[in-house]
Amino acid sequence: MERFIQLVFDGIATGSIYSLVALAIVLIYRSTGLKNLAQGEMAMFSAFVAWQFHAWGLGIWLAAVLAIIASFIGGMALQRVIIRPVQDKSLLTVVIVTLGLFLAFNSLAGGIWGYIIKAFPPLFPSNVISMGAVRVPVANIGVFMVLVVLAGGLAMMFKFTKIGLAMRAVAYNMETSKLVGIRVNNVLMLGWGLACALGAAAGIFVAPKLFLDPFMMFGVLIYAIAAAAFGGLDSPFGAVLAGLIIGVVENLAGSYIGFIGSDLKILVPLFLIVVTLLFRPQGLLGHKYVVRV
Amino acid sequence: MSLLTVENLVASYGAVRVLHGIDFAVEEGQVAVVLGANGAGKTTTLRALSGMVSCKGSIRFDGTELIGRSTEDIVRRRVAHVPQGRGTISQFTVDENLQVGAYIRKDRDGVRDDMERMFRLFPRLQERRSQAAGSLSGGEQQMLAIARALMMSPKLVLFDEPSLGLAPLIVRDLFDTLRQINTELGVTMLIVEQNAQLALEIAQQAFVLETGEIVASGDPESVGKDDAVRRAYLGH
Repeated sequence: MERFIQLVFDGIATGSIYSLVALAIVLIYRSTGLKNLAQGEMAMFSAFVAWQFHAWGLGIWLAAVLAIIASFIGGMALQRVIIRPVQDKSLLTVVIVTLGLFLAFNSLAGGIWGYIIKAFPPLFPSNVISMGAVRVPVANIGVFMVLVVLAGGLAMMFKFTKIGLAMRAVAYNMETSKLVGIRVNNVLMLGWGLACALGAAAGIFVAPKLFLDPFMMFGVLIYAIAAAAFGGLDSPFGAVLAGLIIGVVENLAGSYIGFIGSDLKILVPLFLIVVTLLFRPQGLLGHKYVVRV
Repeated sequence: MSLLTVENLVASYGAVRVLHGIDFAVEEGQVAVVLGANGAGKTTTLRALSGMVSCKGSIRFDGTELIGRSTEDIVRRRVAHVPQGRGTISQFTVDENLQVGAYIRKDRDGVRDDMERMFRLFPRLQERRSQAAGSLSGGEQQMLAIARALMMSPKLVLFDEPSLGLAPLIVRDLFDTLRQINTELGVTMLIVEQNAQLALEIAQQAFVLETGEIVASGDPESVGKDDAVRRAYLGH
């Protein structure tokens, strides 16, 4: 039993990471209607930026905040310079462009900081809380709290603010959004900025755990996309819940189902994607829309 | 001075010219209707007014030139547009559609009052206020599209074939509602229609568009009596 609880807690810890990246994917999807495949690499790049600020002598929290702000600005610039010229093209074109961004950020990080794995300074104290035989590191609780705050904030923004309403409107129907006077391009830029800031937070909180290298988000991205699809691409809470479920299920399956072990763990999210698409294509908490004409 | 004055308006999609220099004016507080067959350029005329196609010539609205301005800027001058095929956000609830319609307004109390007014005007929408717009019937969606456009408290509303795809009884209701909106709220309207008879009944001005040119204009009665118009659009 204790082993089971321990596995669940560890699963929640890895799941929090998947959820954070999934949240960024959901944010871009909900505010621009686009799936950004480069989200993980952008998060990795932001983590490197934070590492660089720290290496220049800033405290790690200050470095993190600066990197998040830089990512916000960078995200808006990226939308303006690279995404806007292609946003009216076919979906495939845009997806290929985000794939290009994926490669670009990966190589850029490798070019600037090299491929040798770097340690990232911890943001939370390294204590471990013991409850009986179950041990939970404070850092895991910290990341989980960050996740809850960000997901809650995001959901409230979408639901209760005017800019949230505008973001959803633009994602669903650009032409009607223009016809009610929403400055669509500004909203799209803001959406990218916020998603990059969120991605940066994800990268920075993940980095102490995964260590820093250009490929660190590679696996995480697959899990995050799985979480976004599983939870519902348009639902922040769905993405968080799904990320946590994937983390836990993966951990349990790896330990209890003999043939999966640690080598075939990656099959767990893929299996969940297939099952979701088969039985509930809109995801756990996603919305299904019926349109009558 | 007219609220809207269009002079020598030329619009094209790429190399294909759709409007060949049309002129017309819409007086404040009136309902103007543009009749014309498919492909005459009716939709293009409205899209030009909303800044959604590139065009040349002059569109003066309320004292300012609209040509060269973005759709968002034109909308902010209180020109509402109900496009063909409804123009609501189908994933949004009725409430959210009305809220987003009032996006450019800052007066929260006024918005709340207007929302109540819309529900009085369209009681069916109140019954369905938390339902997704896409799940409404065609007639209800058109009502919602109109209410959404009115939420910005527009000076001019452009309607693109509001009767398209609706049952005859509902079309009659729709035009009654449009007339009511015009008389009660004093909103100026420019309606593009194929359903000439009903449209002419509520209009004070009429224009007939044929392959990108205005071939007849004047008060609805005389336009309605015009032989060519009767043959082409009224069927008798």
